Amino acid sequence: MRLSAPPHPTTPGLRRVSPVTERPATRWLLVVTALVFLLFFLLMPLAAVFVEALRMGIGPYFAALVDPDAIAAIKLTLLVAAISVPLNLIFGLCAAWSIAKFQFKGKSLLVTLIDLPFSVSPVIAGLIYVLLFGSSGWFGPWLAGHDIQIVFAVPGIVLATIFVTLPFVARELIPVMQQSGTDDEEAALSLGASGWRTFLKVTLPNIKWGLLYGVLLCNARAMGEFGAVSVVSGHIRSFTNTMPLHVEILYNEYNFAAAFAVASLLAVLALVTLVLKTCLEARGGPGVSSSGRP
Amino acid sequence: MEIQVHDIRKTFDGTAAALDGISLTIRSGELLALLGPSGSGKTTLLRVIAGLEFPTGGSVLFDGDDASHRTVQERNVGFVFQHYALFRHMTVLDNVGFGLAARPRANRPAKAEIRRRAEELLALVQLQGLEHRSPAQLSGGQRQRVALARALAIEPTVLLLDEPFGALDAKVRKDLRRWLRQLHDRTGHTTVFVTHDQEEALELSDRVAIINQGRLEQIGTPSEAYLRPESAFVFDFLGSTNVLPVEVRDGRAFFAGCPVPVADGIEAGDGHYTLQARPCDMMLAVDRQGPGLGGIAEMVRVSLGRVRVDMKVGGLARPIELELPMKGEGWRELQPGQSLRVRIDRYHLFAAP
Ligand SMILES: Nc1ncnc2c1ncn2[C@@H]1O[C@H](COP(=O)(O)OP(=O)(O)OP(=O)(O)O)[C@@H](O)[C@H]1O
Ligand SMILES: [Mg+2]
Repeated sequence: MRLSAPPHPTTPGLRRVSPVTERPATRWLLVVTALVFLLFFLLMPLAAVFVEALRMGIGPYFAALVDPDAIAAIKLTLLVAAISVPLNLIFGLCAAWSIAKFQFKGKSLLVTLIDLPFSVSPVIAGLIYVLLFGSSGWFGPWLAGHDIQIVFAVPGIVLATIFVTLPFVARELIPVMQQSGTDDEEAALSLGASGWRTFLKVTLPNIKWGLLYGVLLCNARAMGEFGAVSVVSGHIRSFTNTMPLHVEILYNEYNFAAAFAVASLLAVLALVTLVLKTCLEARGGPGVSSSGRP
Repeated sequence: MEIQVHDIRKTFDGTAAALDGISLTIRSGELLALLGPSGSGKTTLLRVIAGLEFPTGGSVLFDGDDASHRTVQERNVGFVFQHYALFRHMTVLDNVGFGLAARPRANRPAKAEIRRRAEELLALVQLQGLEHRSPAQLSGGQRQRVALARALAIEPTVLLLDEPFGALDAKVRKDLRRWLRQLHDRTGHTTVFVTHDQEEALELSDRVAIINQGRLEQIGTPSEAYLRPESAFVFDFLGSTNVLPVEVRDGRAFFAGCPVPVADGIEAGDGHYTLQARPCDMMLAVDRQGPGLGGIAEMVRVSLGRVRVDMKVGGLARPIELELPMKGEGWRELQPGQSLRVRIDRYHLFAAP
């Protein structure tokens, strides 16, 4: 015997649509337009990266990845991310905490300043550090005198990366923290918990999904940043080339297969980020990414 | 634990004073209600006592010791927040055990002991079997009791509850109210609870402190507050009242030149007063032509066990409200638009503002 659900009773002639539902033709047109855009501007280029990377076969693909310059670029990228992401985490926590939980003068200024890196071109972000720490910059002579190199060296790259990624963690945390208010913390304090314990046992669990989400986006940007890093890097192979810069150099040398091979790593990073981001959004519920930022 | 609040002032930057010199004593073991309209400063006062807010001036004494400089942790108060503030990511059991687990290592009980105490408290608030739920899986009334158990776990010197029944529906409120009274009688904690529900305050507490605009209007037993209000505000706040500006001359009160019919003679000296009377303390004068405060019936409505009549009186912005007992006389023929007269059986006179 076959069991089947009874057919849903429908009243003929009754249009079961909500007032905001468009007519079928309109709906169809909207969906197709969105899909066409996605296909041309996102999926095709992404596929092209992998196709180009593997055009010469799997051997040259891996050869390009284990090339000493490529390895150096990967290592530098990881190093920069390993320094800038934790620093951003600390900054983001402090900034979000003070904005969400305290009232103080200059608060709105701080909120505006946190967003600055989003509105400033990355090239300018890089140039700022050249102007400050370059050989003819403000602190250039002093730094040269003490034999400290910042611009065209790893510290400059880290600084530029921190600048462009500054908003990510704070931006994610501010709405989460504002939403959760201070009641939980006050409850913990009134129960005798120390400030540190309250942070670890109460605040952190409340914000952990938002925090992870922010860190994830921050990391993706830190590894993928091109503009700002390009200005302060000096493009010294094996020393100050991050992965995005390395891709550009290889491309400029008409070494397309190698360029795309390295680029494919960045593409994989993006895909992994995307998947993790989706998981986090499912876990964290509505609190995560309520800021609506990239 | 006796708590003395001495001349507490609190001003938030850029606003009028939230607390404007409040002094009161919370007696050891009593259940005190802080009653007042919204924005009157009840929560602020409770938070000042707890040490969650520092006053602009004044002091709080715990058993005679100045506690003003003690932190919230050092005061050891049980605070139940209006929205409970349960820790979402912890089970009910961990929530209740939080305070014990947070003690410094030297006097922190062992894990098993914490667990046992938490279970004991959950039994006290009648939540056995829900230990391993998360707060999201509880009803409002259950959350409220978890919050109470959590606050009791630290063996607080005083229990402070901010609108403990505010977010519950009327039926649950009534049950929990009775239950809280029993719990208080059993444990004997000095307890202060905030409410803006007059009935709740009068029914539940040993004494009521009525607060208005950051000032204490009156503190006393429920019957004192209800029967012997010290200010027009208190009288008006504890049930609706009719307000009549009157002038007293030679032991008689006049409203707009006409004598006001009150049951017995007026003892106040000559001058201007506001006369206040509850709707149930005004009676229809049987003789419609005789002495009485005259007006026009605006609305006549039969409600549960009573007849409510609004009477428009010339020279008064608000109509006089009457509540007539159903078994009484004279209301059956009453029609809107009809003229009628009332006399005032019980009233209070307050100096005119
Ligand atoms: N953090 C704050 N910053 C500024 N003003 C505040 C703050 N907290 C309270 N106030 C002000 O202090 C006054 C008293 O507030 P409070 O919360 O104590 O009132 P309440 O009696 O508890 O009222 P409700 O019944 O609505 O809870 C209000 O005017 C309020 O606007
Ligand atoms: Mg309040």
